[in-house]
Amino acid sequence: MEIIISSNTSKPIYEQITSQIKAMIMNGELQTGDPIPSMRSLAKSIHVSVITVQKAYEDLQRDGFIETTVGRGSFVAAKNRDFIQEELQKKVEEYLNLAAETARTGGIPLPKVIELLTIFYTEG
Amino acid sequence: MTYSLEIDHLTKTYPNSNFRLDNVSFSIPRGTIMGFVGENGAGKTTTMNAVLNTIKKDSGTVKLFGREMDDKDTDIREQIGVVFDAANFPEVLTPLKLSKVMASIYKKWDQPFFVETVERFKLDMGKKIKQYSRGMKMKLALAVALSHRPQLLILDEATSGLDPIVRDEILGVFLEFVEDENHSILMSSHITSDLEKIADYITFIHQGKILLTEKKDALIYDYGIARCKAEQFQIIDREDMLAYKKRDYQIDVLVEDRKAFERKYGGVVVDMGSIDEIMLLLIKGEQ
Repeated sequence: MEIIISSNTSKPIYEQITSQIKAMIMNGELQTGDPIPSMRSLAKSIHVSVITVQKAYEDLQRDGFIETTVGRGSFVAAKNRDFIQEELQKKVEEYLNLAAETARTGGIPLPKVIELLTIFYTEG
Repeated sequence: MTYSLEIDHLTKTYPNSNFRLDNVSFSIPRGTIMGFVGENGAGKTTTMNAVLNTIKKDSGTVKLFGREMDDKDTDIREQIGVVFDAANFPEVLTPLKLSKVMASIYKKWDQPFFVETVERFKLDMGKKIKQYSRGMKMKLALAVALSHRPQLLILDEATSGLDPIVRDEILGVFLEFVEDENHSILMSSHITSDLEKIADYITFIHQGKILLTEKKDALIYDYGIARCKAEQFQIIDREDMLAYKKRDYQIDVLVEDRKAFERKYGGVVVDMGSIDEIMLLLIKGEQ
């Protein structure tokens, strides 16, 4: 498992951790039941405070990506296609929103944006 | 939550001096690192000395692992590892001889661990301490503090004056120490970038008073510093500002919730603050 922490971005470190672990689960690099490092050992390995990792793990657990059992550590939760889909859709919405805003401020008409999106989607 | 250290209304005055510790209260949850910041002379070392019972407090309570310590409680003292700014080991000793002295003082002295740590820090067991550099002395002090297997480390400027490579190595040792969730650290440092990396909480002290104790992540990600023009400053509610400081062309305002502030006062630039900047506003700013 690899986690890259950048200190040169406004994205909080706990979000950097959650988004990378989520990505690893979604692309299959981490499978259901795979152990993930304990909070304290991850904190040590990536040189961040324990509470930062704790917050990341709490968020992952809340969103159903991992399960934590006292004494046994944390594991990748049984895959649930719906929430993965939901996560991806949220991401798509985020990007589309950005695209829509950029187009609106730039005076680019909606049909043009749809046309561009169609090209990207079908050719990608 | 259980605490390794609870300081409650600690007060200490000195005859013929204006300096006092004034109702100092803060606690360190078990398994966490508390960064302790403030100007020189703000009371950090005095607070630490009062915790260690090496100075007599006037009033207030200090609980270590849930118990108050008095002069007879040597067992609690064994649970605390201390590294102070000036490493005060006898200069004529070698680490090997020093470890023999320590073994006779501490019941739980772990000689194999000491040897291992000294090797890891690349210190020469047979070299006299007076020939050691500052960084080497600090590492030796840390090796000694860790080798009697404490539950709480109290570190006063333990990384100051050290180069970035050694500091990074030492920060790694601290994080390794708190891998055991019973272990905690109280560390003062002027190098706030070190605290930004590893501390869980930060306590600010100024003129013997505690200004604020807060989660480090909240300070960095939730708190913010609004850069206001004079007319923007006029419309900000007093309760939305923790402190402010007027500069020549702008007014910096410390706010507790950056995003809420941005929503309420659109158009004002709100930066994320570093611990240094937050400290500056808390200390130099007006409330």
